[in-house]
Amino acid sequence: MPSNKSKSKNKSKSQRQHRIDLEEKKLKIKSQLKKLGEQIYEDLDKQQFPTINFPSRSVRNIVYDEKTKQYILGSNTVSRNASNMKHIRPFTQMTWLAFFATKLMTQKKSSTLRDVFYSSQAYAVDYENQSESDSIITDLESLISTAREQLHIYPEERSAIFGDLDIEYTVPGYEGNRLNLSSHPDGYLIGPSLSSADFIGTSAEMVIAIEKGGLFNRFVEEKVHKKYKSIIIDTAGQAPRATRYMLKRLHNELNLPVYIMTDGDVYGEHIAMVIVSGSAGAAHLRELTVPSAKWLGIWASDIDKYKLPTIPMTDIDIKRISELKRDPRYKKGIWNKELDVFMNIKKKCELEAFSKYGLTTIVDKYLPEKLEQAKSM
Amino acid sequence: MSKNKTTFSGISPSEFFYRNRDLAGYNNPAKALYTATRELVENSLDACESANILPNISVRMTPISRHFQEPEPRTYLLKVGDNGPGIEPKYAPNAFGRVFYGSKYKLKQARGMFGMGGTMAVLYSQITTSKPVVICTSIDGNKFYKFTLRIDIQKNEPVVVDEEIIDGKGSTGTTVELLLTGDSFRASTKVHDYFLETGLVTPYAEITFIDAQGKMFYYPRSTKVLPKPPKETQPHPHGFDFEGMRRLIQETQDKTLHKLLMNNFHRVGPTTSANFFKFAKLEHDQIPTNLSYENIVTMVDAMHRYESFLPPDAHCLSPLGRDIMSAGIMNELFPEFSTITVRPPSAYSGFPFIVEVGLAYGGKVAHNGIKLYRFANRIPLLYDEGSDISWQVVKDLVVDKRRAYKIPDNAPLAIITHVCSTKIPFKTAGKEFLADRPELERELKNAVREVLRQLRLYLSRKTSQEAVKHRQNIYSKYLPLIAEFSHSLSGKNKPPNYYPMLKNQLNIEEKEN
Repeated sequence: MPSNKSKSKNKSKSQRQHRIDLEEKKLKIKSQLKKLGEQIYEDLDKQQFPTINFPSRSVRNIVYDEKTKQYILGSNTVSRNASNMKHIRPFTQMTWLAFFATKLMTQKKSSTLRDVFYSSQAYAVDYENQSESDSIITDLESLISTAREQLHIYPEERSAIFGDLDIEYTVPGYEGNRLNLSSHPDGYLIGPSLSSADFIGTSAEMVIAIEKGGLFNRFVEEKVHKKYKSIIIDTAGQAPRATRYMLKRLHNELNLPVYIMTDGDVYGEHIAMVIVSGSAGAAHLRELTVPSAKWLGIWASDIDKYKLPTIPMTDIDIKRISELKRDPRYKKGIWNKELDVFMNIKKKCELEAFSKYGLTTIVDKYLPEKLEQAKSM
Repeated sequence: MSKNKTTFSGISPSEFFYRNRDLAGYNNPAKALYTATRELVENSLDACESANILPNISVRMTPISRHFQEPEPRTYLLKVGDNGPGIEPKYAPNAFGRVFYGSKYKLKQARGMFGMGGTMAVLYSQITTSKPVVICTSIDGNKFYKFTLRIDIQKNEPVVVDEEIIDGKGSTGTTVELLLTGDSFRASTKVHDYFLETGLVTPYAEITFIDAQGKMFYYPRSTKVLPKPPKETQPHPHGFDFEGMRRLIQETQDKTLHKLLMNNFHRVGPTTSANFFKFAKLEHDQIPTNLSYENIVTMVDAMHRYESFLPPDAHCLSPLGRDIMSAGIMNELFPEFSTITVRPPSAYSGFPFIVEVGLAYGGKVAHNGIKLYRFANRIPLLYDEGSDISWQVVKDLVVDKRRAYKIPDNAPLAIITHVCSTKIPFKTAGKEFLADRPELERELKNAVREVLRQLRLYLSRKTSQEAVKHRQNIYSKYLPLIAEFSHSLSGKNKPPNYYPMLKNQLNIEEKEN
C-alpha cells in the first residue's frame, strides 16, 4: 500500500468547528428541556393543568418525504394534559425523563434504556415495564427532535469499528486521551464514549459497513483497511442508531463515502436502505441517515452473475418482498430492480457464499468489482 | 277456643291423616323426623310470640338403640321445650290429641294452618312406635301438669294414659317428648338448614339444638324486638266456602241473615250488608237456619262475586318488618350490603297478605350465584324450591335479567322472601311451596324489583366512589412529582404553588359524589 499519510495529527479547523457545533447542540437540548420545565412550572404556579404537545408517531402520521427521501412525521400532534386521568401518569414520566436527561447531560454520565427503567424507581415514578419506559423516551425524542443518544441514553446493542482513525475522547476521565482505531484487530465497540469522541485524523478514503461480525473479521485479516484505505464497521445486523450516527459523522465530518455490504436477501437490502434513508420507527429523527451511501451487494443479480450457492426463499421472505414493493423508497433504481430479481429467482444467499471460491475471493475479486461499479451509480 | 264435633262423612280427621300421612310431610323416616321437629318448634314459637314472650327453645334428638350401631332408620326420642305461656291443663290433651283442634271461624296469621302440626307428630309417633307421648306444661311456673297420652284414631280423641301434677319452681312453657322412627343421618342437612333459616326470620329467638350425635348447636338471640303479635280476624266474604257457611248457619245465634253477615264477617257493616243482599236477590231478614241448601249455595256464590265488599284489612297481619329482618340477615349471613322491602298489604280471595323481601350481597354470603331463602308465616320452606312462585319470580328477575340490574356474574347474592297471611296459599298440606296466585306473584315481583334497584344503586355508588378515590389517589401521587421535576428543570428558587389546585380538585370530587 502506498504510504501517503496525509492525515494531520492535530485538530483541524473543521474539527474545532464540529466541537463547537456539538457543544451548541448540547446547550440547545438543555435549554429545550429547561423550557419544558419552566412551562410546566408556570402552569402549576397559576393553578392550571399543564399540557405537553408533540408530534404523533402513530402509523397514520408517518409519511414519506420525497425531498429528503425518507420517512418523516406528519402534522398530527399528541396532546398530553395533566388533568386527564389517562395522561397524568405518562405526563409525569415524561417530566421525570426530561429532568433525568438533564442530569445525565450535566454530569456527563451515560445510561442505557434498561438503566433508565430502573432509575425511575428511585424517584417513585413507576413504569409497568421497560417497553413503557422506552416508549416515553421516544416521546421525548420526538418532542425535542433529538435522538436519545444526545440525551446520553444508549441501547444495549453494540457494533464495532476498525480502521486508521485517530480519535480524542471527550468523556469525563478520558478527556484529551487519543487512540488509533486500528490498534486492536477485534475492532472497537461503538459506544457512548466513541460516539462522543472527536475525530482527529484519518488516512481512510471510504467507510465500508458490513452486516456480519464474521466478515468484519475476515476484512480485518485481509487488511481491507489498508488495501482499500477504508474504515470498516460491523453493523451486526440492522445498524443500531449509534452506528448510524457514527456513519453519518464519518461522512459529514471527514467527507468519506459510505459503502454497505449485506447478505443477498431482502433483509440485507433493507439494512442498506435504513442506513441510506432511516427507519419508520425513527421517523421523528433527522440525524441518522447517509443519503449518499451506496449498497454494494450482494444484489440479487450477483447471485447468478457470480454463480453463488443459494438457499430457497421462505413464504415469509416472499411476503417481505411484497411489503417492500409498496414502500415508496423502493420505487426507483437499483432498489426496485433488485427486489424484482429476488421475486423472480425466489432464492437468497449469504456473504459467506463466496468462500466456495476461496476465502479471499470476496475481498480480492468481488469487493473491487463492486466498488468500481458503485462509482458509476 | 271452642269445640268441634264435625267429622268428614264417617271418617275422622285423625284417620284421614293416618291414611294420607304423605300429605302432611311424613313420607319417609328422614322427612318425618324433620317434619316432626319442625312442627313442634313452630308450635313453640307461635305460643311464645302470641304471648309476647322472647322465645327460648330447646330441641334434643336422642337415638334409642336396641343394640350398638343399629342401622337407620331407628327410634329417636324427640324432645322440644319452650318458655311460652303454657297450655291450660284442661285443653292440653285436646291440643295434642285431636286433629283440627283450634278456633273454627276466626282467622289468624300463624305458622300452623290447620291446627294439626303437633297432633300429626303425635300421630306419627304412635303409628311407628305405638308408645304414648308425654306433654308437660305449666301456665304459672309453679304447677307442672304432665300428661301421658295417645290418640284414639277412629274417634279422633285423646286418651289420657296418665296424669301427674308436679310442684316446682320454673318457667312457664310446654315440653313435648315423643318417640318416633326416623333417619337422622339423612335428615340432618335439612334439620340444620331449618334451624339456620329459622334464625334468619326469628332473630329474637334463642334456640339450642342437640343433634343425634350429641353435638350442640346454639343459635343466639340478636335482637330483643318481637314482631307485634297477630290479631284474630273474622273471615272475609270472598274467601268463605260453602262448608263453612253451612256450619256457621247451624251454630249461629243470629236471628237474621243481615245480622249473621255483619257479626261474622270481616269489614261488613249495615250498608254493605244491605247492598249485598240486594245484589244476591235474597231476603236479608230471613232466619238463617231456615235457609235452603240451594239458597246457601246462592249466597256463597254471590259472596264470591260481589265486588263492593271492602278489601280485607291487614291489621291482623304481623310482618317481620325491616328491623327484625335486617337483624336476622346481619346475624346469619354477614353481608356487605343488605336491603329490605316491605310491600303494602294486598289480598287474594279475601285473605290479606304482606310480602317482605330482603337481599344480602357480598361479604360472607357464601353462595356464588343466587341463594333463595323462602319463608311463609315465618316458616322456612326447604323443599320443592323449583315449584315455588318465589323461585319463578327470582329466576325471572335475578337470573334472566341480571344485566338490567347490573348484577356481576357469580355475585354472592341471597334473596329472602317472606309472605305472611291469614291463609298462606300452600299447594300441599306439607307446607313446602307457594302456589302461583297472580296477586302474590305481582307483589313478589314488585318487592324483588325494588331490592334489586337498591342493589344496583349501591353497586353503582360503590363503583363511582372507588373511581373518585382512584382519581384522588392519582392526583395526590403524580401532581407533587410533576411539581418536583418541573421545579428542578426550571431552576427556580421555590417549588410551584400547586397545592390549592390539588386541594381544589379533591374537594370538587367529593362534592360531585
